[in-house]
Amino acid sequence: MSATEIGDDGPRGEVVDHDTVPPANKGLLAVAGVLLLVPVVALLWVGSYSRVEPRLWGFPFFIWYQFLWVFLCSAMTYTAYRIVLVARPHRPMTETTDERTEGRS
Amino acid sequence: MSGVDGAALAVLALLFLLVTGMGFWATRWRRPTSMESLDEWGLGGRSFGTWITWFLLGGDLYTAYTFVAVPAAMFAAGAVSGFFAVPYTIVLYPIIFVFMARLWSVSHRHGYVTTADFVRGRFGSRGLSLAVAVTGFLATMPYIALQLVGIQAVLEVIGLGGGSNVLAKDAPLFIAFALLAAYTYSSGLRAPAVIAFVKDTLIYLVIIVAIVYLPTKVGGWDHIFSAAQEKMAKPNAVDGKPTGAFVPGAQAHWAYATLGLGSALALFMYPHSVTASLSAKSRNTIRRNASILPAYSFVLGLLALLGWVAIAAGTKPIGLDGKPNAQLVIPQLFEDSFPSWFAGIAFAAIAIGALVPAAIMSIAAANTFTRNIYKEWIRPHATVQEEARVSKVVSLVVKAFALVFVLVLDKQNAINFQLLGGIWILQTFPAVVLGLYTRWLHRWALVAGWAVGMVYGTWEAWNVANPRGGVEHFGGSLAQIPVIGQMGYIAMTAFVLNLLVAVVGTLVLRATRTPAGEDETIRGDYFADEGDPRVQKVLQPLHQEAPNP
Repeated sequence: MSATEIGDDGPRGEVVDHDTVPPANKGLLAVAGVLLLVPVVALLWVGSYSRVEPRLWGFPFFIWYQFLWVFLCSAMTYTAYRIVLVARPHRPMTETTDERTEGRS
Repeated sequence: MSGVDGAALAVLALLFLLVTGMGFWATRWRRPTSMESLDEWGLGGRSFGTWITWFLLGGDLYTAYTFVAVPAAMFAAGAVSGFFAVPYTIVLYPIIFVFMARLWSVSHRHGYVTTADFVRGRFGSRGLSLAVAVTGFLATMPYIALQLVGIQAVLEVIGLGGGSNVLAKDAPLFIAFALLAAYTYSSGLRAPAVIAFVKDTLIYLVIIVAIVYLPTKVGGWDHIFSAAQEKMAKPNAVDGKPTGAFVPGAQAHWAYATLGLGSALALFMYPHSVTASLSAKSRNTIRRNASILPAYSFVLGLLALLGWVAIAAGTKPIGLDGKPNAQLVIPQLFEDSFPSWFAGIAFAAIAIGALVPAAIMSIAAANTFTRNIYKEWIRPHATVQEEARVSKVVSLVVKAFALVFVLVLDKQNAINFQLLGGIWILQTFPAVVLGLYTRWLHRWALVAGWAVGMVYGTWEAWNVANPRGGVEHFGGSLAQIPVIGQMGYIAMTAFVLNLLVAVVGTLVLRATRTPAGEDETIRGDYFADEGDPRVQKVLQPLHQEAPNP
């Protein structure tokens, strides 16, 4: 599920600061972001699909187009999921962070 | 509508008994060492994998009321107020994909059970946390009541509940809810998780059979769509305007889009959605579910079309009181077109479909009360066991309240409050979701934005009249959007106003150097996954030394 090449510690026992965002491939994250944004924009742009023609098996365009997006959106979300897994591998957390957190409260 | 449909009732009762048995058995399912904590009773041990979560969230989000109300809206008012449920439940998933994983991670690290828990930890503000908790609690109550309305619709079509004797009339509903309350009390979130398998299987079965079988019976899809188009174009007797929309016209585009987006943003602010999400065992469980949950959206779309099938079939939804009631259209269509035994299965799908969300909602409302009101304000030193005890009792109280609400008051009240609930719950979005990304917004500015959104939204909803329904207030969820001048979903307008106030307020409070609260989270918390250790907290209420102004 997660690539664990990135260890708890940096080079030579240096402790990772967990009050940072784990490193990620920004380009891939942007691609995932676009994949997630497209269905939202497509469906909120009601003017692009609020018509009756062309029909498909008797179904008005308005109806079958939105049904089509159920599948497209699902596929795009799944693709985004696979991309995000690669883009930001999980960075395991260690108990060391707890002291920091307690120190703050 | 004469007499009771015996065969349908027998099938319904049988399936109902089956799920009741499963509900009680659920205590032993994935048996924990102790049920006496909110993590176990209220979140199923935070242990559900992808498929259980899929059934649970599907059973939770697509409620019986949805199954009754969406086709009813299609039948009575057409595509704008009915079919928007489809884009709503599509755009929902990319949106939750983005932020729910973060909420899961930070909740995993800090043991949060509710969104108000998170807000308290993130902004160090008891006031903001209370606002979020109270909003969630208030928005959930009418939602539970509406699940009862879903069961009532089924019982009414079967022919039960018509007598003049108040006790006999409501006895079936009463028994159903008492059993639900009992097994939710003992099994917690495990009960709806187990029952959801039955509910979702029945729903898929019934809808697929209906969508394949019914159109051939009423003359095919061409006929169905032309019948719907004809009905929607017909002028209404009250105002002379067309009955509804077959396809949204240009003047309804904003309405359609804002209804879809506003509802999608709001849905995962409801406590019951959060409860089901946090019960997942890993952060990726949620993300995987975002790509497989649309299967339910597809079914919901088909179900919406059944509202138009009913137009072509000439279904007459008449209540036992002799008045037309669009809410009965789907049960009535099933009763008219299916053999009795299959109608019974269809009714069971709706009735059981009410039990799953009602259970999760009452658990979620109870958790919210326990964590964010009882423990926060009344008994700060409550133990984990005490939390579980209080939550179990509150889940009973919440259900009893919903029952009284539906039986004593007109059910239109529940529908009105549900409409308000949707507007209200969206006002917690800035604190919760923007809070997952940034602490830039000031806690008191968020409180101010929330308050403005609540007041504006309530006021606008109160002002909506609906001459066709003969009501002067709470006649719908659309009002004119200021500046843009088009009709739009009130919740969205209130939400934008809320954001504006929060941003301006933050600028002012920062300029005046008003202290922001302590943040107990660190950046890495928002990316944690199963296996990462939970933060061990010193149990001490916030701000003992420095009370909020």
